[in-house]
Amino acid sequence: MPQYHQFDALVVGAGGAGLMAALHASQRVKTAVISKLYPTRSHTGTAQGGISAALGNLEEDHWEWHAYDTIKGGDFLCDQDAVEIMCREAIDAVIELEHMGLPFDRTPDGRISQRRFGGHTNNITKKPVMRACHAADRTGHMILQTLYQQCIKQNVTFFDEFQVIDLLVDDGKCNGVVAVQLATGEVHVFHSKATLIATGGFGKMWKVTSNAHSLTGDLPAAVLRRGLPLEDMEFFQFHPTGVYKLGILLSEAARGEGAVFINGKGERFMARYMPTLKDLAPRDICSRYIYKEIREGRGVDGKDYVYLDFRPEVINRYFEEDGNPKRIDAHYLETRLPDIIEFARVYQGIDPITQPVPIQPTAHYAMGGIPTNNDTEVLADETGRVVEGLYAAGEVACVSVHGANRLGTNSLVDLVVFGKRGGIRMAEYAKQASFRPINKDAAAAQASAQLERIRNSNGNERPHAIRKEMQEVMDEHVGVYRTGAGLEEALDKIHELQERYKHIRIDDKGYKWNTDLMEAWELGNLLDLAEVTAYSALWRCESRGGHFREDYPNRDDVNFLKHSMVWKNGKLEIKSKPVRITRYQPEERKY
Amino acid sequence: MKVTLKIKRFNPEVDKKPHWESYTVEVEPTDRVLDALHEVKWTQDGTLALRRSCAHGICGSDAMRINGRNMLACKTLVKDVAQEGGTITVEPILGLPVLKDLIVDMEPFFAHYRAVMPYLVNNDPLPANGRERLQSPADRARYDDTTKCILCACCTTSCPSFWARGEYVGPAAIVQAHRFIFDSRDQAAEERLRILSEPDGVWRCRTVFNCTEACPRGIQVTKAIGEVKEVLRTGVIQ
Repeated sequence: MPQYHQFDALVVGAGGAGLMAALHASQRVKTAVISKLYPTRSHTGTAQGGISAALGNLEEDHWEWHAYDTIKGGDFLCDQDAVEIMCREAIDAVIELEHMGLPFDRTPDGRISQRRFGGHTNNITKKPVMRACHAADRTGHMILQTLYQQCIKQNVTFFDEFQVIDLLVDDGKCNGVVAVQLATGEVHVFHSKATLIATGGFGKMWKVTSNAHSLTGDLPAAVLRRGLPLEDMEFFQFHPTGVYKLGILLSEAARGEGAVFINGKGERFMARYMPTLKDLAPRDICSRYIYKEIREGRGVDGKDYVYLDFRPEVINRYFEEDGNPKRIDAHYLETRLPDIIEFARVYQGIDPITQPVPIQPTAHYAMGGIPTNNDTEVLADETGRVVEGLYAAGEVACVSVHGANRLGTNSLVDLVVFGKRGGIRMAEYAKQASFRPINKDAAAAQASAQLERIRNSNGNERPHAIRKEMQEVMDEHVGVYRTGAGLEEALDKIHELQERYKHIRIDDKGYKWNTDLMEAWELGNLLDLAEVTAYSALWRCESRGGHFREDYPNRDDVNFLKHSMVWKNGKLEIKSKPVRITRYQPEERKY
Repeated sequence: MKVTLKIKRFNPEVDKKPHWESYTVEVEPTDRVLDALHEVKWTQDGTLALRRSCAHGICGSDAMRINGRNMLACKTLVKDVAQEGGTITVEPILGLPVLKDLIVDMEPFFAHYRAVMPYLVNNDPLPANGRERLQSPADRARYDDTTKCILCACCTTSCPSFWARGEYVGPAAIVQAHRFIFDSRDQAAEERLRILSEPDGVWRCRTVFNCTEACPRGIQVTKAIGEVKEVLRTGVIQ
């Protein structure tokens, strides 16, 4: 018999978006948070450089500039009304975080300190603007801790280390979730009026990634299984500065503080490609040019990496060349970028204060995901029809505020702004809605069947081998540079792996803390999302933002200024919907 | 390089008590101990249970006892704990009930965390201009070290006082209390100090420094505890 719980509002995922939603929902209705990790383990905690808001604490800034930068950064695929909401509300959201106790770094007069970040500009001079509010290079850690602290203060109900297996969707309405308690293997049915998905990204389909092991896209895959679409899945951001081979992120804040890319010939190559913003061009552009340098033989020692150089004397030399009067020293960097300096020391044995750091682009962020409207309500189709009682916010959602490429810091802006909107919206809905009846035994049985099939499967395929092959083919063909032929090859390979996945075998047949089983189940989710990603990428015959097709190297606004929406009901099906444009007309993207 | 992982195993569905098992794996010297554990789990024995997530020392999931010292498996390189052909011993952290293999029950740890009011308390009206509260860079720097805590439990489960008495709030909870006691915006220092002056509060610390050595974030834990003791002695927060 499954255990049964009833809450007005359920939040799945306990990162920034989930906790922000929980804080606001729990003030209004009976709320619970379900997370497969302890909340403080969530990946929001690894965000480094900052959260942007046009506070204007150090120089002139306006939320409209932030909005324009975001839309241009997204290569004009963002829904502009959503971006305007985000950038306008970012200001109050950052202030709210400070009021909750977030230890932002401070200006000499005690206000929140801000720094430069890629693609964030003064719209008049076109030069970088100080917009990213920061707490050293552990801004995400501080956000996660602060939100969790507030949840403790408000006595929010948590179900920690519960893995959600299925969404209860019936007749276009969501009535809760089914989860398994990892410690016991018991199935729990959570009956709700409103459910918000905030489970973050799914970068583990690639080998070189900044993403945590837990980012396996369990809920987006459940959404697909329930016959609902995913949006813009072809757009995945490859962050230019991952630790070589490991993919661990080295924050863009390094370049915000003056670090530069250097190729094998010792050249600061970004100045050649993007004469105004140079090394602070948006991430998709930097990642492409890093690979261009490598392909043309200008990687370091002819290998597949370049340097991120933040030795103080190098930073100061380029400050001088750029006419920037600022000068920095080692102590300054150790204060502003302590964690990433430590990452290089620990994982690469390199001291960034005295040596340049080998880097390569790393799979980082999903611009696409579960389609929502501006109120975080999940969309059932391309016409805007909503799934009643179902919400999504943060990285897992596609509003779309990031379009084809997200600007640095905007992930944190997205999750606090839309986490809050979602929490309030779902609570307001739950207040006036009643519980719809569910068959809890049938729901539990259906979810259990997914796990029992794996537990009892007696094939000879090892999950690890399948995961490895998936990650390799995704790195090779569904990365920074893509071609139609490569994507078709990837799709074939993924279909082969999905077939082999039906014949897996795991070692652990038990119930308590069966991580062998959970990893195998997560792999199935990743395979489904990898398939959808490659399929959407094959459909989009143009190059835009993070999606670059060598066989279609230009942006094609005539045919592709639109979002993709993909379903998997037996077979894959793709549709599209228009981009919402308010005041910023698409233009060529130059920096 | 070849190393042997000697891992303390316990499966609650089968075993009465824990036992050791050894696995030999081929790894790069610069691989993390977490990579070596994954190599075991993914290629030799899928039943091995451990927690892990970010794999670069930020989420705090994979605290464990490696060669007798508390570390994060993802922040410890194989070459730093073993030589070619050598053995790495891996056990769950001590002082918390073992649930399975390297997974312990974290609930007592988080209960101590919650007990010290780990959140900002400030009942003054918010600034009338709708903006942030002001805090000088010096006031912000005062509590910087203790903001780094990731709640991995390396410190608390390395502490002999905690091993002897699980009711002791432990270093991690004191670090959290310190982070707010010394924050110029906070107004609940008195209440936190009252909690920490109880018999299972800060005075159970015997200044052994295990916590400071164990902290993967480099927090000066013993110093922070000492500062809290100092406030209790003098009644002055500075």
